[in-house]
Amino acid sequence: MKHNHPLAKEGRERERESRGKIPIHMMEVCNCIEPQWPADELLMKYQYISDFFIAVAYFSIPLELIYFVKKSAVFPYRWVLVQFGAFIVLCGATHLINLWTFTTHSRTVALVMTTAKVLTAVVSCATALMLVHIIPDLLSVKTRELFLKNKAAELDREMGLIRTQEETGRHVRMLTHEIRSTLDRHTILKTTLVELGRTLALEECALWMPTRTGLELQLSYTLRQQHPVNYTVPIQLPVINQVFGTSRAVKISPNSPVARLRPVSGKYLLGEVVAVRVPLLHLSNFQINDWPELSTKRYALMVLMLPSDSARQWHVHELELVEVVADQVAVALSHAAILEESMRARDLLMEQNVALDLARREAETAIRARNDFLAVMNHEMRTPMHAIIALSSLLQETELTPEQRLMVETVLKSSSLLATLMNDVLDLSRLEDGSLQLELGTFNLHTLFREVLNLIKPIAVVKKLPITLNLAPDLPEFVVGDEKRLMQIILNIVGNAVKFSKQGSISVTALVTKSDNRAPPDFFVVPTGSHFYLRVKVKDLGAGINPQDIPKLFTKFAQTQSLATRSSGGSGLGLAISKRFVNLMEGNIWIESDGVGKGCTAIFDVKLGISNESKQSGIPKVPVNPQPGNFAGLKVLVMDENGVSRMVTKGLLVHLGCEVTTVSSNEECLRVVSHEHKVVFMDVCMPGVENYQIALRIHEKFTKRHQRPLLVALTGNTDKSTKEKCMSFGLDGVLLKPVSLDNMRNVLSDLLEHRVLYEAM
Amino acid sequence: MNNVVAQLQRQFHDYLVSLYQQGFLDNQFSELRKLQDDGTPDFVAEVVSLFFEDCSKLINTMSRSLERPENVDFKQVDSGVHQLKGSSSSVGARRVKNVCISFKECCDVQNREGCIRCLQQVDYEYKMLKTKLQDLFNLEQQILQAGGTIPQVDIN
Repeated sequence: MKHNHPLAKEGRERERESRGKIPIHMMEVCNCIEPQWPADELLMKYQYISDFFIAVAYFSIPLELIYFVKKSAVFPYRWVLVQFGAFIVLCGATHLINLWTFTTHSRTVALVMTTAKVLTAVVSCATALMLVHIIPDLLSVKTRELFLKNKAAELDREMGLIRTQEETGRHVRMLTHEIRSTLDRHTILKTTLVELGRTLALEECALWMPTRTGLELQLSYTLRQQHPVNYTVPIQLPVINQVFGTSRAVKISPNSPVARLRPVSGKYLLGEVVAVRVPLLHLSNFQINDWPELSTKRYALMVLMLPSDSARQWHVHELELVEVVADQVAVALSHAAILEESMRARDLLMEQNVALDLARREAETAIRARNDFLAVMNHEMRTPMHAIIALSSLLQETELTPEQRLMVETVLKSSSLLATLMNDVLDLSRLEDGSLQLELGTFNLHTLFREVLNLIKPIAVVKKLPITLNLAPDLPEFVVGDEKRLMQIILNIVGNAVKFSKQGSISVTALVTKSDNRAPPDFFVVPTGSHFYLRVKVKDLGAGINPQDIPKLFTKFAQTQSLATRSSGGSGLGLAISKRFVNLMEGNIWIESDGVGKGCTAIFDVKLGISNESKQSGIPKVPVNPQPGNFAGLKVLVMDENGVSRMVTKGLLVHLGCEVTTVSSNEECLRVVSHEHKVVFMDVCMPGVENYQIALRIHEKFTKRHQRPLLVALTGNTDKSTKEKCMSFGLDGVLLKPVSLDNMRNVLSDLLEHRVLYEAM
Repeated sequence: MNNVVAQLQRQFHDYLVSLYQQGFLDNQFSELRKLQDDGTPDFVAEVVSLFFEDCSKLINTMSRSLERPENVDFKQVDSGVHQLKGSSSSVGARRVKNVCISFKECCDVQNREGCIRCLQQVDYEYKMLKTKLQDLFNLEQQILQAGGTIPQVDIN
């Protein structure tokens, strides 16, 4: 406020009064030295101007305020603003009105001035009171703002960290990818060092591997420099133990032996060094379903050096990166090791395969060689054998002295034994490699048993052992099976019974077995449709067998050691062969005995087929009346050089009702043969191939198959080669001379029915 | 009369059986006998005579071949033996056949001494058989003349 000096005022009043009529006595002498200068007017002018500007300022401030607040729209304290505005406006108004008070002014002006001042006072007091509340709030806003700024800075920092970690993660992934992309151990390690060096911008990176002895660490790989060969450090250094003791990356001193890789020159300030352990997983550590024991693991040491003379420090995320990489390397190395191992195993297996293949081929060659040898030896041995037997038997029938007879009988017996032995050996060897096949045929089972008994009877009678035969009533008469081998089995068993009995009787029982109440537990008998199981029991009351020896009985060449058995001879092959035959016939054979001296029972089961026909091929019976075959008028041609044979064959065929023409040579045969002849019997006994040519010529002569007569060879031997030869020359059948009547009848009917015949042997 | 026939028949039967048992004849002979029926009453006799003729001829030939030790034609001997073997097995002359087997073996090894021995044996055997069969046929004729029938003989 303008200082209105009261005396000045009075002065002014005086002036006015002097202009008007104001009593002088009201004028006081003031103490102020106030010359009545014309400068008064200057001062007044200045005050006037200042007041004016103040007013203008005072008026413009609220306008500005309003303008900016309107613009901002955030300001929360409008009411305060209004107040403040009012306050300022009023102050401005006051100063403005002051302008009028410099000159004489009327009472209205004074009134307005007073009103303004009063209002101003009220408002300003109110504002002052308001501000007490507002200012702390405003201050706290400021505080909050600061806090938020700090927070923002912190978040920025954290984001920076996350980004760094993300970078690190990316590096790790890339490193891992690089490391795991190869399965070669060296590449893995080298790649690790290279990538780590690149990612972390390392000065040097080195890998120390444990030596074979496990007592030292050898410098195996470095990143940048050539390392001296065999640079090792002992494994028991404290720094190494420290690193191996934890799975984390450990900062170590740059001066430790593992970190001193290049010659130290004092000028360098060595960068920080970090070391981490890399577990080396040994395959031997792996158990199935079991994790490897950590305590027995070996470790390699990876040492990483930051560039020297830089202020870089190892950051936490970098250390983490190193740890992760170390683990990855361990995994990659173990994979590589496993792969190596499996490749080695595979190579080994392949080698073994090759060796096995070779061994198999050698074995096959050996078997073939043996078979060839056996076949040759068989033939070579049998021929003289037959000669010996034949001549001995002939000799037997001549006039001999008793001594000579005895000698001849011994020769005969020995050679028979030898022949049997040879046969047995051949059979057994064929049985062993499974090349023996049963020769199935239809035969009379009852007759077979009777024959066996007839063969054994002489010996049994001599030893005074009665033999009885019991055939079950439901035993089929005609069966299908291998007659010869079955006879061999029965003969062997019954023979054994006779051999090993000194007294008592022998009973042979044959029955059809349905239930397996006495069979060994692992053998189940199931009679199928056209098959049945024949059980034969041979019981004797002779020497008996020690139950302990029973398993040995069926092994070849093994014999019980008792003198009694040894003296009765035998090579020990019989039972073994019988067992093999029984097995071939899908059966089982076993022996039961109550002990030494109590006799024993031999039992075997074999599978036989039931024959539908009552055909008999084997021992022919002499028919009461000759039966005419249905071959009446069948035109046949017989070609035989031998007159007697020719005549016999002709008689045979004539008896069957055929119309027979005979020729005695190939040429005559060719001349005579015509489409009227249905069958041509040709004798092919003479050695050589010429006989068979006739067959080819006949084939040529009759091109149409239905016109051609059937060609049958009559021969004295029926081995495989003859059969094959006949087949290859286009013959339809082979007959063994001499042919029986029944045989011929069957053969003819078979032939005419099927137009081919290769079974009538 | 029946008695005579029966006796003769029994004689015949026993004789034939003995021939089998002594090994002169085998199965094949009985087969031959089967072929003899009313249509061919002399079949067996014919065959057998032919056989004996054959034997005689072959033996002569072979004897000649084996005569001189220097040049023995073993091929011819072999073929002769072959023939003889075939014939003998066709008629069921067991002993003859057996000798032929040994004979063949001697021939294979070109054993002249052996061959000669076998030849002699063959000769002996066939003559022996011839005699026996002659007796048999005589018996047959006697039976037939006496009005009986030839009995079937079961050799099993």
